[in-house]
Amino acid sequence: MSGTGTEATGQLPAWPPGERPAVRLTGASKSFGSVVALRDASIDIHAGEAHALVGENGAGKSTLIKILAGAHRPDSGTLEIDGHPVEFSGTAAAKAAGIAVIYQEPTLFPDLTVAENIFIGRQPRTRFGLIDRARMNREASVLFDRLGVPLAPDRPARGLSIADQQVVEIAKAISLDARVLIMDEPTAALSGVEVDRLFAVTRSLRDDGAAVLFISHRFDEVEALCDRVTVMRDGARVSTDRLADVTIDQIVRRMVGRELGALFPKEDVDAGDVILKVDGLSREGAYRDVSFDVRAGEIVALAGLVGAGRSEVVQGIFGVDPRDSGSVQVDGQTLPPANPRAAMRAGVALVPEDRRQQGLLLDLSIIRNATLARRHRLSTLGFLIGGSERREAEEWTGRLQTRYGRLGDPAATLSGGNQQKVVLAKWLATGPKVLIVDEPTRGIDIGTKAEVHRLLSSLAADGVAIVMVSSELPEVLGMADRILVMREGRLSGELSRADATEESVMFLATGREAA
Amino acid sequence: MSVEAGRQGRDGLHLSRFATWDVAIIVVTVVFLIFAVTSVQHFGTSQNATFLVLELAPILLLALPMTLIIVTGEIDLSVASTVGLTSSAMGVMWNSGVPLETIMPLCVVIGAVLGAVNGFFVTALGLPSLAVTIGTLALYRGLAFVLLGDTAVADFPRSHSSWTIGTIGETPIPNVLVPMIVLAGLFAAVLHAMPVGRAIFASGSNRVAAAFAGIPVAKLKFWLYVTSGAVAGLVGVFWTLRFSSARADNAHGLELTVVAAVLLGGVSIFGGKGTLPGVLAGVVLLSSLQNALRLANVSSEALTVVTGSLLIISVLAPNILGRVRGVLRRRLRRTHVPAPNP
Repeated sequence: MSGTGTEATGQLPAWPPGERPAVRLTGASKSFGSVVALRDASIDIHAGEAHALVGENGAGKSTLIKILAGAHRPDSGTLEIDGHPVEFSGTAAAKAAGIAVIYQEPTLFPDLTVAENIFIGRQPRTRFGLIDRARMNREASVLFDRLGVPLAPDRPARGLSIADQQVVEIAKAISLDARVLIMDEPTAALSGVEVDRLFAVTRSLRDDGAAVLFISHRFDEVEALCDRVTVMRDGARVSTDRLADVTIDQIVRRMVGRELGALFPKEDVDAGDVILKVDGLSREGAYRDVSFDVRAGEIVALAGLVGAGRSEVVQGIFGVDPRDSGSVQVDGQTLPPANPRAAMRAGVALVPEDRRQQGLLLDLSIIRNATLARRHRLSTLGFLIGGSERREAEEWTGRLQTRYGRLGDPAATLSGGNQQKVVLAKWLATGPKVLIVDEPTRGIDIGTKAEVHRLLSSLAADGVAIVMVSSELPEVLGMADRILVMREGRLSGELSRADATEESVMFLATGREAA
Repeated sequence: MSVEAGRQGRDGLHLSRFATWDVAIIVVTVVFLIFAVTSVQHFGTSQNATFLVLELAPILLLALPMTLIIVTGEIDLSVASTVGLTSSAMGVMWNSGVPLETIMPLCVVIGAVLGAVNGFFVTALGLPSLAVTIGTLALYRGLAFVLLGDTAVADFPRSHSSWTIGTIGETPIPNVLVPMIVLAGLFAAVLHAMPVGRAIFASGSNRVAAAFAGIPVAKLKFWLYVTSGAVAGLVGVFWTLRFSSARADNAHGLELTVVAAVLLGGVSIFGGKGTLPGVLAGVVLLSSLQNALRLANVSSEALTVVTGSLLIISVLAPNILGRVRGVLRRRLRRTHVPAPNP
């Protein structure tokens, strides 16, 4: 580790020396149930500084931002504004303290005008208590002049580009006298010109004394905009350095540098015939020309950053989303597009990314959830009688060692890991030839994680072809026979198990060449 | 049920399981019927029982597909207008000399087509069912008046209308009770004991997760609207023959009563929850309450007030009940579960 980096738990040296930071978070921890999102994390942002925050998916960046924005309360740790300790009761308190967050996709009210969005809830009034529209528009114009962006204050927000929406949010932040601007991957949906304009605006705010926290996966942008960079990993701060003192290579290594430790590695299985063949799959705005094969007994991982199009690809294969072109074959049989039932009949199962939204019927019982995909098979002469569903649910929840109160309890009563087991039970009961798992261990505890890995390994040993989408590199490296890396909707490379390292995957995922 | 209760009795929580709205409404219905038979004059007579069944027949029949639709999270407010339109169509066809044996199945087909129109707008175009079916509520009723105007066609053959209001032999059991029971049983089986019922609950509980489980949510809803229309067509035939009068304003405003009965029966207006036995109890309770009030000489305006109030109560009460159950459950956990699982 570079000598200029400060260790996670140590005291932060003041920067620039002698000045108090505008915001300082020290020793913050936050857990959600059994999942530790943030452990003893610290960051300090100074007035007149653009500070980059980088880390893998799940490194704790979002949690840290939410604590600064007042959306989460830390379990421990202190937050100081201008050297004074504060505790935010909610986002309104953070706003009042001068902290503003610009999100990747702003949420403006589409039917209100630009000026109304800026001054919502605090519109200037006339003597008679009515909204002073003229003054509001004038003040909005002044803000846009200052930002150097010509936006009409009286046009509706609907139809603004994402870049312009962000500018409106920034104008709103300035009008609220925000001194700390947190930008959460603001450039993800912007074109090159728009990025340049955003940076110009950001720089002028910084030069006027604002403290900027900039979150991005794009290192060229971090280099172009920021003065210092904080790297996070596994919920903790790894280092904080001046950008002039570190190389991008060092930053990437710190982001991924982790031991394989407690993971369950996949057993080696001799791959059989090609079961799943994906050819030239494309969908406008999501992914383009994706082709790969998966053989029986193989686990193929789809790695990449969030938003690279991995979930969209597997949903296109399963047919819950339509696709524009390309073909999917299972055992040589071509699947019709946008038809999950046909995919299920051909032996494809998809354990989706978002358990609560896509995987479960939270209000309905564990029995109903676990047997939903098999409801036709379990019926006798068309009737679901004689407890066939209960027996099936008992069998599969038992095999997966699911912990629950009663099988009749709603799925919502289970813990995250056990909910995931119910979703797995639903699909494993169908006896799939191709099992697609999307983030199979997200948000579940380490013990259950190992169980899921063992399960996937034994399914592969039984000849199931497995596609695993995962943002967790140790999981990808430990489980996959081959790793396909996606970047911005395309396959950017393929790595065999022997060649893959966290660095090589991250370089393919971010588009930086390995040094 | 009793086996289940016995097994679950161990953890001391089984009581709260029975405190569900649909079970409560069944109990209330039985209690009310006992009260009405003993206290309301003429309520318990066999003539009144026959009349009550004829009164509630259209509500019950329309409530069956309505239950399925509301469980998927949608609604069909056009059912009463569909009854009116098929009734008008029946009158027009009879006037032009079409035999009744052809007219009756045709009316069911017409109803199905009208339901398909609703289904198309809701599923293919993705419009909100509340807006679509309020629109067709007005549209279908308007078309009924276009077809038949203010006139009534009343010269249907006596044989058919007397079967409709007749009873089985010498008993007070109305003939129509037989198809009612058959249809109620069929819908109960579909909703609670067949794979498509699981799909209906899944669609209403979480549309996205249902789609991820391979359930064709849109197709399912489309066919439910077709079913709802077909049943409304059947009710149109029944209504016309019962009063021996095809009129454009037949069953005017009945959709309110049907929705009230379904919600009273414990079906969640948000979808995903409800039972058909509960709905049957809701229909019987609402109809017999109205019947008893009428026997007690309460005005028809007051009856509408009762229907409206029950509608609101039935939307409010399960929420309140849910909270009470939550508190009850936590208390029971604290007192009855001695040690946490190892």
